[in-house]
Amino acid sequence: MSSPRSRNFTNEEIKDLFLKLQSLLPQPNQRRNQTLSASMVLNETCTYIKRLQKEADELSERLSQLLDSVDTTGVDVELIRTLLQQ
Amino acid sequence: MNSKRFSPTSSTIKSRFTRRFLRALLKINRQRTRTPSSPMEICQRYLKVKLAADVSMASAVGSRRAWSRAMLAKIRHGVRTGSMCSLTMMRKRKIYHRKKSTKEVGIVGNAKVLRKLVPGGEAMDTCSLLDETFHYIKCLSTQVKVMTRIADQICST
Repeated sequence: MSSPRSRNFTNEEIKDLFLKLQSLLPQPNQRRNQTLSASMVLNETCTYIKRLQKEADELSERLSQLLDSVDTTGVDVELIRTLLQQ
Repeated sequence: MNSKRFSPTSSTIKSRFTRRFLRALLKINRQRTRTPSSPMEICQRYLKVKLAADVSMASAVGSRRAWSRAMLAKIRHGVRTGSMCSLTMMRKRKIYHRKKSTKEVGIVGNAKVLRKLVPGGEAMDTCSLLDETFHYIKCLSTQVKVMTRIADQICST
């Protein structure tokens, strides 16, 4: 789905994009049926992205420490096992 | 939601990312020295793991998305200038976490913040930005899920 940068989005498509984004956000139950304003969707999207990036960061740290604490062959076995389960 | 598919032909972004990331981790693991690692080594390893996660994710998506193209270009540039594994990276990271972001209001303000968060966002028009953001968030959450699963698996040994 490659769209040239100068493509004009219709109003309907823009509305759909915001709805799509809203559906990704982790949201409390009472909000699921409401349509949030565009500004709120953007706001919460930014917060969500920052949170995900921070989580990935912390996981990288946790993994690098785990690699240190468990012995090399033990980690290899686990990694290969996860790889085979793909 | 975790459907186990063993058919080698089905290749989702999740499985592509997992394979690449695991291979990178195996490689990083092999580079370990026998002696307990110094704090510097742990820091280096953290950066390598983080880089591996980003590279694995962006290359699993490939050049189909503007954000993945931008991320790969940035990584290549960072590797060339040697700025990836330096301590300045660590310091930048600490500053990023400590900085209190001013509350942006309104669509334009929020779009500006979003542009900085999504790789390549600054070069996109707002509508493409929304589209790319949607895909980026899905990949980010996949990345977090897979990394969590791997970490839990290693922990359980």
